[in-house]
Amino acid sequence: MRRGRRADAAAAAAIVPRTAIEVHDVAHFYGDRPVLTDVSLTLTERRIGVIGANGSGKSTFARLLNGLVIPAEGSVLVDGLDTRTQGREVRRRVGFVFQDPDAQIVHPTVEEDMAFGPHNQGVAAEETARRVEEMLVRYGLAGHRDHPAHLLSGGQKQLLAIAGVLVMRPQRIVFDEPTTLLDLANTRRVSRVIDALEQDAVVVTHHLDLLDGFDRVLVFEDGRVVADGSPGETVPWYVARMG
Amino acid sequence: MKTKDLAYIALFAAIMAVLGLLPPVPVPGIPVPITAQTLGVMLAGSVLGARRGGLALLVFLAVVAVGLPVLSGGRGGLAVFVGPSAGFLYSWPIAAFVIGLLTELFWRRYNLAWALVANLIGGVLVIYAIGIPFLSLFGDVPLSTAFTGSMAFVPGDLVKAVAASLVAVAVHKAYPVIELPARRATAG
Amino acid sequence: MLSLYVPGASPVHRAPAGLKLAVLAVLGVGLFATGRLDLVATALLLVLATGLLWARLPFRALTAQVRPVWIWLAALFGFHLLVTGPLVGAVAVLRLLTLVVAAAVVTATTRVTALVAVIEWLTSPLRVFGVRPARIGLVIAMTLRFIPLVADRAARIREAQAARGADRVRLAMVVPLLVQVLRMATTVGEALDARGAGDVPGRRPRRRAAAENLGTT
Repeated sequence: MRRGRRADAAAAAAIVPRTAIEVHDVAHFYGDRPVLTDVSLTLTERRIGVIGANGSGKSTFARLLNGLVIPAEGSVLVDGLDTRTQGREVRRRVGFVFQDPDAQIVHPTVEEDMAFGPHNQGVAAEETARRVEEMLVRYGLAGHRDHPAHLLSGGQKQLLAIAGVLVMRPQRIVFDEPTTLLDLANTRRVSRVIDALEQDAVVVTHHLDLLDGFDRVLVFEDGRVVADGSPGETVPWYVARMG
Repeated sequence: MKTKDLAYIALFAAIMAVLGLLPPVPVPGIPVPITAQTLGVMLAGSVLGARRGGLALLVFLAVVAVGLPVLSGGRGGLAVFVGPSAGFLYSWPIAAFVIGLLTELFWRRYNLAWALVANLIGGVLVIYAIGIPFLSLFGDVPLSTAFTGSMAFVPGDLVKAVAASLVAVAVHKAYPVIELPARRATAG
Repeated sequence: MLSLYVPGASPVHRAPAGLKLAVLAVLGVGLFATGRLDLVATALLLVLATGLLWARLPFRALTAQVRPVWIWLAALFGFHLLVTGPLVGAVAVLRLLTLVVAAAVVTATTRVTALVAVIEWLTSPLRVFGVRPARIGLVIAMTLRFIPLVADRAARIREAQAARGADRVRLAMVVPLLVQVLRMATTVGEALDARGAGDVPGRRPRRRAAAENLGTT
């Protein structure tokens, strides 16, 4: 694991660091129901946590950041690129890991699924194979390359989902509750994986321990950001507020 | 077509395959197996609508052709496309398309009765209109024999049409997938 | 279900998928063209030899696919025994058995991606009609991925209902199952977008005219 991490750093040197995501006056609705109201933020920190009760709008917020959701009002800029008009470029920069890896793995076998993203980006086959190989080794999936994805354990599936995003070489990765469906051991494992990433990360979560060492935490409530600061300030406040 | 639609199409092709894993009911005397899969044909059309429903069935047949044993009774491969009952297979995408077309047509007043009309026309009438002549041609039996022989399956199909309609109406209430352009604007 | 591919490096594994499918198709047509028991039996032996000796597949990889057809074959034989005769019945049964085993050999020695590539190739003339072969391949791959997933969710819902006292499979089970898998498919659609599937042809859906006007000021 430790040796893998050093390899990470070397591989990541090729990745342009730091992204800046600007969220301007965003509001969004499902039907007539507002899910986000008056959200304006600039995200530049390496590790940003997003917490809040179910239905507080944090999942929709996460989906704004790579253009999966286009806001009804306002705009989202990633390094100056508008998600509304430059979705393709935005998705190259910002990767997305879903809560349920089963919803993210689209190909029947491990290796095939990992190659899916780079293939869509038009990355050459040899380069794709090289990146896939690197990720298979890094996440201990090398012995499973031909295995059907549904036979992997929950933790392995989530690692595969993360690897499937990393092979696309994004600069920032948005995680939408990546550990909600995992047991304690796998939660810790995914947490370590996130810590070790060279990429910037935005992590939406209910697991507050995940936020140790984060640079910034946003607290959502009823579609608004009600607290924004270091984990030391926001997490205890949030816990107290939840009663 | 949106990427989401690709996922829906794949989903119903997969549902067809899972229905094919249910144990078959072999009926001696006629080379057409009783299958829970026509239920899947009806659901694909009723839930996804014409275009996506028809495509889901085409994809399912492609998966069968590629050699996965996902046709009821664990059959698969190219062989099933040349047997006497192959006409019933070929009718499925068309049936799903017709059911979907009728469902979209009835969409504004969609209820159990209209669902049943769509499923009976598309899921029973269309399937037999294609399957029976094919059976007669490839099974080398007179059309009338093919017809009377196939009639044995009609009661089962009527039951399936009722089941599919009940499910379709409930699914539309809980999670509608068909979006008509006009309706879309109000649903936002 | 989907673990039908058995990794290996035999000549059969390495043969082009298109060739294997073509052989399978020719075999299918040939078997139906003949009514001779000796020819059909020879074909079965050849197919078995290809699978077990040449491709070095485990015997179980083949029997696993024959097992579900067993009842069907027995019924077919029974029908012919009553209506036509044992010889015709034997030919009919061996013919199907041969095809099932041959299809199993192709499936066990060919990666799904390779098979899908053949379909993409076969459908490439349809480009004229606006069909995108790469998407067909993607949908087929997703179908294979969804089959165990749907089966799994069905089993889980059956368990949940059994735990609350429902001892039979009922229609009421189908509705929550469908809603659950439809919801999952919607997320998969999002995941496809997130991983750039919608970006491939460079054509983006345009459905945002209204939102555009409300854009940032």
